[in-house]
Amino acid sequence: MTQETTYTAPESVGRLGRIGLAVGAAGTAACVAGAFVAREQLFRSYLSGYMWMLSFAVGSLGLLMLQHLTRGAWGVMIRRILEAGARTLPFVALAFLPVVAGLHTLYEWTHADVVAKDPVLLHKAPWLSEGPFLVRAAIYFACWIFLAFLLTRKSREQDATGDRALALSMQRWSAGGLLVFFATVTFASFDWTMSLTPHWYSTIYGLYVAIGSAVASMALVCLMVLVLGAGARPSVPFQARHLHDYGKLLFAFVCMWAYFAYSQFIIIWSGNLPEETSFFVPRLNGGWKATSVALVAFQYALPFVLLLSRGRKRDAARLAPVAALVLVARWLDFHWLVAPAFSPHAFTLHWLDLAVPAALGGLWFWLFTLELRKGSLLPVREPFLQEALAHE
Amino acid sequence: MEKKSEPRLHGVMAEFRSPQELVAAIRKSREAGYIRMDAYTPYPVEAVTDALDLHHTKLPLLTLAGAVFGAVAVFGLAYWCSAINYPLNIGGRPLNSWPAFIPATFEGAVFHGGLAAGIGMLLLNGLPRPHHPVFNVKRFVEHASKDGYFLVLESGEAGFDAAAARTFLSALGPIEVNEVENE
Repeated sequence: MTQETTYTAPESVGRLGRIGLAVGAAGTAACVAGAFVAREQLFRSYLSGYMWMLSFAVGSLGLLMLQHLTRGAWGVMIRRILEAGARTLPFVALAFLPVVAGLHTLYEWTHADVVAKDPVLLHKAPWLSEGPFLVRAAIYFACWIFLAFLLTRKSREQDATGDRALALSMQRWSAGGLLVFFATVTFASFDWTMSLTPHWYSTIYGLYVAIGSAVASMALVCLMVLVLGAGARPSVPFQARHLHDYGKLLFAFVCMWAYFAYSQFIIIWSGNLPEETSFFVPRLNGGWKATSVALVAFQYALPFVLLLSRGRKRDAARLAPVAALVLVARWLDFHWLVAPAFSPHAFTLHWLDLAVPAALGGLWFWLFTLELRKGSLLPVREPFLQEALAHE
Repeated sequence: MEKKSEPRLHGVMAEFRSPQELVAAIRKSREAGYIRMDAYTPYPVEAVTDALDLHHTKLPLLTLAGAVFGAVAVFGLAYWCSAINYPLNIGGRPLNSWPAFIPATFEGAVFHGGLAAGIGMLLLNGLPRPHHPVFNVKRFVEHASKDGYFLVLESGEAGFDAAAARTFLSALGPIEVNEVENE
């Protein structure tokens, strides 16, 4: 491989993007119809679908900073995929507006009469009020968009100039950026989904959502590797050893998700205090019990067993089904976090619960492919690129 | 001193300059029909492991069996203690409070999986072993831990002909070819 080799997106990326656009447009039309026939349900479905889409964009930003910080060969090969995911954040911020419109429908703590009679909510009011909520949301998006565009701009500058100082600069920004990332994702998850049960609190909740976003974007990476690495002359020359790393990372993130999920559960289960169990009581009894079991099965147990195989991790075609399973499980996770807050006793699955992810997921993926097609699929002047491309 | 059970020759050894040459030699030997062979490098070389097709061992299965045993054993112990042998009512929780058993079950699986991997590795590779015939070759002793890449075609297989093996290896461009004696 020489410096002059170009790595442009294959035609299949454009085709997949157009499919995403079509699905997104159909889903959006369904959502618009839903706004007339089931307004309240639309906001509820929108929140879980929105969090699902957000996890890809935010997860891409987190992994992008992680790979700048650690500088592994695995990261150089997928940097452009992660950058494309992170650069969709302005759209993701725009897509937050319907949540703002639905604040009063979604969050109990926006009802002044309820808060006035509730000493706990009254105590939390300085944090859980509409004004501070909106200011914080603006801060989260500002931090994410700033980091995403700063890092991708520097990366493109590196493509043009080959300035070696840029690699160090990106690494330094990523170190501080990851601290900001974990703080903002934690508080965003507290604001946007934990406060659906406003009396309840769990400090590990933020890490649960943050690592879930890493699971989501790693699964997306595994699928994109199949697309970009396909054919006799692949757009990006992925080798089995790169795939092995992505399979191992997906395995590790899935295990970490299970670790945080179980830690949260075992601490609350052991304490057995009424103000802490209010989150788990509806989810582990009655209508939502089967969903909880399915979530553990599809986002932990099944991927865990399948990813034990060395051969599967080194084969894109066999890794992809596991990644696809995990992507669906990610949606189930947010449905499980959001929907029981509105229907604690009976399982619900409205058609809008499927229409919103189709709309947001489709449009997000289309924008993601547009970003991916803009430039080279590998950072051509990255100092470690030759090392990352080398055969063993 | 000829013994029926142990032939005089362990095999024929060739030394190469680089892992690439070694891998090429392994591939050619396999194409030529040699089955029993081993390679020696100063550091782990993934491509050599691939060429020798050494990934398909029973070790992962042993490790899994150890992990499953550990999980079942620890969970069984916790269940037997809490629900059968010494049932206690703790805060009104059920006797089989399985969520509390999971952390120890997980650790039991990791520990026994690790034990099975370690012991299984020793059982399968025949270590500890104080001596090996390859140390009878002078250049092996001098270079195997430094800069030599060695391939040994072993004599155990049917129809093995040391002279033919020597001729075959010499054609692959090695630094030196030696017969490895068992004594």
